[in-house]
Amino acid sequence: MSFTVNLRNVTLKYGAEAALADVDLDLEAGKIYGLLGRNGAGKTSLLSLLAAFRRPTSGEVRVGGEPVWENAPIVSRVALIREGGDFDDSETVKAVIETGQIRPSFDTDYAYKLADKFEVPLKKRVSALSRGKRSVLAAVCGLAARAELTMFDEVHLGMDAPTRDAFYKELLAEYMERPHTVVLSTHLIDEVANYLEEVIIVDRGRILRHADIEAFQGMGATLTGPADAVDALGLAALAEQRLGGTKSITVADALDKSVRERAAAAGIEIGPVGLQDLFIHLTDPNRNGA
Amino acid sequence: MFDDGTPIYRQIADQIKAEIMNGSLEPGGKVMSTNQYAAFYQINPATAQKAFRELVDEGVLYKQRGVGMFVADDARDRLAADFRDRFFERVLAPLVREARQAGIPLTDIIDYLKAQEGALQ
Repeated sequence: MSFTVNLRNVTLKYGAEAALADVDLDLEAGKIYGLLGRNGAGKTSLLSLLAAFRRPTSGEVRVGGEPVWENAPIVSRVALIREGGDFDDSETVKAVIETGQIRPSFDTDYAYKLADKFEVPLKKRVSALSRGKRSVLAAVCGLAARAELTMFDEVHLGMDAPTRDAFYKELLAEYMERPHTVVLSTHLIDEVANYLEEVIIVDRGRILRHADIEAFQGMGATLTGPADAVDALGLAALAEQRLGGTKSITVADALDKSVRERAAAAGIEIGPVGLQDLFIHLTDPNRNGA
Repeated sequence: MFDDGTPIYRQIADQIKAEIMNGSLEPGGKVMSTNQYAAFYQINPATAQKAFRELVDEGVLYKQRGVGMFVADDARDRLAADFRDRFFERVLAPLVREARQAGIPLTDIIDYLKAQEGALQ
C-alpha cells in the first residue's frame, strides 16, 4: 500500500521568513517523483513536513490520507533520507542497520545484502567512513526501510558516478518489486530524469511547475538560425544568444506544426532542451512569473 | 541510448515497430514485459507502459490478460504504410531541403540514387 501525499495551503515559517508559502500539492501513490529546485528554494522544508520532522505553521499535510503530524502508524512507514543519513557517528555500520529495525517494515537481510554489494564494512564506525560511503549507508537504510513513502534528499552527495548508477538501478529494482511512492530531490537532474514519472519544481517557497516528465521534455525547444528569420517567428524567448548573424533562442512552450514548418523552411535548426536547461531557465531569478 | 528530442516512450514504441518490420519480432510473438523494458533501459516502468499503450491503441500489439503482450498478426501490414509515409517525411523532406540550401540539383541526387540501386542489384 503506497502512500498518497496532499498539501493544502501549507505555509512553513522559520521566524518571520516563509520557507514555504501557501503550497498546494498532490502526489499519487506509487509513482517516482523528482523534486527540483535551487538551493534554498524549499525542497528540504517540504520533505521535512512530509516526514513529520517539522510541523507546518499553517495548512494541512496529509500522507496516506491522514494528517501526518504525531501520527506514528503513518510516520513509521515514511522514510526521509537526508544527506549524511542523520547517524550517530560513534556507532558501527552494523549498529546503524540494526537501529533501522524500529521500522515495522525494515528488511534487515536486504540491508546487509546491500551493504555487502556497495562494500560498506559492517564493523567500521560511521565516523571512519568516507563521505561517499556514508551517503551509501544512508541510501542502503532508505532502500531497506521498505517504506510506503521514501524520500531521498540529495543522498547522492559524495557518491562517485558508478555508485550513483548502481544506487539508481537498485532503487528502480526495489520499486518494481514493491510499488511505493518515491521522491528524489537532486541537483543531478539529467542523471535521474529517465527514472521519474513526474517532476515538481519548487522555486522561492512555491510550486513553480508540477507535470509528468513527458510534458517537461516536450516543453522547450531551441531555435538557431539567421537572426532575422528567428525574430520573424515572433516567439517569446526564455533566453537568447547571438553570434554574428546567427541567433539562438530557447522557448518554454512546445512548438506547433506550423511554427516547425516555417522554421524549417527558413533554415532554422530546432533542437531539444534538456530538463536541466529548462529548469535553469524557469528558475532564473531575472525571470518574472512562469 | 536515447536522444532527448523525442519522448522516450515514443522512441521505445518506434524501436518495437522497427523490430517488427525487420523481422526480429514475429507476428504472434511475445514482447518483453514493461518491467523487463524498464530494467533493460533503466527507465521508469510507466514510461515503458506508455509505449505499449500507444502500440495497443494502434493495433500493433495486443494484450492477453495475465499472459503478456503479443505482436498482432497484421502488424507488419499496418506498419508498412506508416513507414513509407514517415520515410518521406523524416528522410526525404529534410534531404530535399538541405540539397536546396547547398545548391545541389535534384537531378544529381536522382542520378546518385540510381547508381546506388544498380550497386545493390
